[in-house]
Amino acid sequence: MVVQALAFYLFATIAVLSATAVVTVRNPVHSVLLLILTFFNAAGLFVLLGAEFLAMLLVVVYVGAVAVLFLFVVMMLDINFVEMRQGFLNYLPIGVLIAVVLFVELAFVGAGWTLTDEAVAVLAQPTPAGVGNVEALGRLIYTDYAYIFQSAGLVLLVAMIGAIVLTLRHREGVRRQKISEQVKRTRADTLEIKKVPVGRGI
Amino acid sequence: MEIGLAHYLTVAAILFTLGIFGIFMNRKNVIIIMMSIELMLLAVNINFVAFSSFLGDLVGQVFTIFVLTVAAAEAAIGLAILVVYFRNRGTIAVEDINMMKG
Repeated sequence: MVVQALAFYLFATIAVLSATAVVTVRNPVHSVLLLILTFFNAAGLFVLLGAEFLAMLLVVVYVGAVAVLFLFVVMMLDINFVEMRQGFLNYLPIGVLIAVVLFVELAFVGAGWTLTDEAVAVLAQPTPAGVGNVEALGRLIYTDYAYIFQSAGLVLLVAMIGAIVLTLRHREGVRRQKISEQVKRTRADTLEIKKVPVGRGI
Repeated sequence: MEIGLAHYLTVAAILFTLGIFGIFMNRKNVIIIMMSIELMLLAVNINFVAFSSFLGDLVGQVFTIFVLTVAAAEAAIGLAILVVYFRNRGTIAVEDINMMKG
């Protein structure tokens, strides 16, 4: 139990500190790398909560895909990040004020709610005993939530197509191989038979 | 030293607040704003999983999968729009995004 508490405090502290650094460091590349650290520690918190599948999903999806995508874009765009930082201190008071107000509100919500016995009695899908987290989740999303799971896949498909359509461009003046036009060529387009009269040339 | 639901909710609340704080502090850099949005979605996910674990209801974790899906789609589309915008205008400063006079 002590080990669990220590692990919680370790993961929580690193997650909060790195999340703070994400929004305050100067260099956006460092920012992305700290975001990855935050997600790793959040995955650690998920493992402590007994959600191993989601912890793996967080590492694979966020660290493997989203964060790398961010890194690509940050490094690909040629942006003057020093200029971007101007006005950072001007927004500090209003930012801190709003953050404090929001946190106090969240604290009130967190301190104010209680769990009634009726709510515990009407759980939608109680966690099955004696089954691992991955198997329990798999039994659920492939049966009761199959349609929603499929539509999640559709969302990803649409996002993929949308991202390709948005960023694909055909530059002018670049010669490309057009295979369909090459295949469509007939002999009549390219060959002409001339009768050459004797002694005159063409 | 029992770690309860309140501990996880506190971490999630701090992360969510940091996300809001990041949006207000980096008014010019869209990339940092998108990272702040990812932080807020992560805080929501921690809340879902914490409640799911402590109440013994698996639907919270199922919903977290869908939140992750939508977050990934949002990041992909957002970054694609950002790249197209940078290609057209040569800047990603939020203040310059006023073509539609909104």
